[in-house]
Amino acid sequence: MSPPPTIDLEDLGLDRGAHLLIERALRDLVPGDRLQVLGRDAQLPIHLRAWCRAHGHGFEADGPTIVRGDADHARWDDAARVGAATPDGLAARAGPGWGLAARGALVEAGGPEPRFELDQRDQLWADVVPRLYAQALAGQWDPATAIDWDAGAQLPADVEAAVVQVMTYLVENEMAALVVPARFLGRIHPYFREVVQLLAVQVADEARHVEVFTRRAELRGGDLGVSGAGGRASLQTLLDEPDFVLASFLLSVLGEGSFLNLLGFLDEHAPDPVTAQVAHLARQDEARHVAYGVAHLEFLCASDPGVREQLRVAVHRRHDALAQTAGLNRQVFDALVVLAAGSWSPADIGRGFDAVERLQAEMDEGRRRRLTRLGFPDQDAAELSALHTRNFM
Amino acid sequence: MSDLVMGAVAYDPKVVTIWEGFKAWLRDERLDFDFVLYSNYERQVEDLVDGRIDAAWNSPLAWVRTRRSATDRGLQARALVMRDTDQDLTSVVVTRADADIHDVADLRGRRVGTGALDSPQATLLPLSHLRRLGVDPGRDCEVQRFDIGVGLHGDHVGGERDAARALMARTVDAACLIDGNSLLFAHEGTMPAGATRVLTQTPAFDHCNMTVTDAGPVAELERFSELLQSMSYSDPRVRPLLDLEGLKTWKEGRVSGYDALERAVDETGFYDDAGHVTASDYRP
Ligand SMILES: [Fe+2]
Ligand SMILES: [Fe+2]
Repeated sequence: MSPPPTIDLEDLGLDRGAHLLIERALRDLVPGDRLQVLGRDAQLPIHLRAWCRAHGHGFEADGPTIVRGDADHARWDDAARVGAATPDGLAARAGPGWGLAARGALVEAGGPEPRFELDQRDQLWADVVPRLYAQALAGQWDPATAIDWDAGAQLPADVEAAVVQVMTYLVENEMAALVVPARFLGRIHPYFREVVQLLAVQVADEARHVEVFTRRAELRGGDLGVSGAGGRASLQTLLDEPDFVLASFLLSVLGEGSFLNLLGFLDEHAPDPVTAQVAHLARQDEARHVAYGVAHLEFLCASDPGVREQLRVAVHRRHDALAQTAGLNRQVFDALVVLAAGSWSPADIGRGFDAVERLQAEMDEGRRRRLTRLGFPDQDAAELSALHTRNFM
Repeated sequence: MSDLVMGAVAYDPKVVTIWEGFKAWLRDERLDFDFVLYSNYERQVEDLVDGRIDAAWNSPLAWVRTRRSATDRGLQARALVMRDTDQDLTSVVVTRADADIHDVADLRGRRVGTGALDSPQATLLPLSHLRRLGVDPGRDCEVQRFDIGVGLHGDHVGGERDAARALMARTVDAACLIDGNSLLFAHEGTMPAGATRVLTQTPAFDHCNMTVTDAGPVAELERFSELLQSMSYSDPRVRPLLDLEGLKTWKEGRVSGYDALERAVDETGFYDDAGHVTASDYRP
């Protein structure tokens, strides 16, 4: 029998990290093999005996020598890798035991099984998600520097009031757009990492939108506008939707989709540069939010055409729930007209009114286009778009 | 009533987690197992010998008492199983690296810190070891006990840790501890690396065992032993429990590692030959 391999720890003791060298040396041995441990640390034989016992290795005082055990191997016997590290070839469903582990990690069996109810690829995924996340990071902007808050002169009082009313309306809508994905965020299985990341940035986007619209509303020091019960009832139906797919459809495809037109309208017709800038910047973010909603629902509808029926029912249900409410409150509609008019001359007010009518037509057109992408026939798309909330979001 | 009832001492809240987990596993394996918890080892030993429980998860000192008490009643006690980590432990007597104490004889006239009075590893065994080396604790040197968790037979690490702290605080000149705690205390900073020196190390001894007597249910105890020994560290159902209980595998019990403790018990008069508690200041 050949003498066992040796390792020389020199002055290093087990109280100062010698286990790293020992474990490295044991890596090449099989259970039952011996490793003689040399070293000058006076307590090495005592500590080595205790260390071997605690780690399932045998110990022989002569040498001293470790008889390699198999506990460190046994711990990983049932371990399995969490899917593939890259998004190609994602599992259709995340394993409950994968929990928070990184995708691609080797997961020890027997750990906790946290509940992440949103664990199916088709509910969540779209191939564009990693790219959207990268765009979202690159597109982050700082309200303090991206907007020239000092730009523009004071507006006539009632035009300013109209801007403030629109901002007041936007803030509550942005807050709904923040809360809805935030509520789902913690229920999405971490295996679908890019979706979690994208929605986390989306929530941060909405936080910024809340901030800039609030700052524009307060810019001239006046009171904020009104918050109608009908508008908030409309947003409440979004908050009350428990299903991620349906909430995503109502909020991102239909609501934020309509907001793309609204923010474009504000950018174009704003009577002051700050309003134009905040609308412009928010619109860039919203385009990503809509893109994710449309892309993942398109993916889902393609794999399960029956989903379209659920989407249709969701639109009808929300319409029925809101049938007895005012929808967009009068003050917001009127404020949009005044904002677009920019003055109180009858001709300008008339042009402003026409612009708001055009806005609504464009919103309808946008919604129909997105519904068509999800595979709805033209006639169904037109019907569902018409049933969308009058509150826009 | 269950077919097999085991006693365990609740020296830590994790004992509930451990034995609830093992109970569920054993019942899955069709052994009708239950357990009761004790606040100290003495009552557990008495209940085992009186036949109120079928097995006792015993400290080494509780084993010594059970053996004596059972023999006195005409029963035979044995160790059914033990953990891999219960075999071949040692204790050490350490001093500060800078102390003017170079061998055991230098402890004469000095103060030695120990764990609780009923701790085999941090009191009874190392003091008996010193006695054999010619320094009689209490006569040749002063003993300062750190009585934490009396009745738990040293399962509570607090007494040993206090002795180590006293050593570093220079209120004692040496401290007695089990080898594993000398490494633990170095890692946690109680005794920083390089701050201590080992004066002496005891010969190897064994620690806990699952004690049973020949009055117990033979077939059930045999099944219990088989099932415990079949627990595999690669099984994710039991691995967290094995980690908590501090073992990788259950081994066949042996009683060859308790001679030194039997001797220490005699030297201090902790129990008499019939297993009565005779230590004067012991209030578990
Ligand atoms: Fe937004
Ligand atoms: Fe949004």
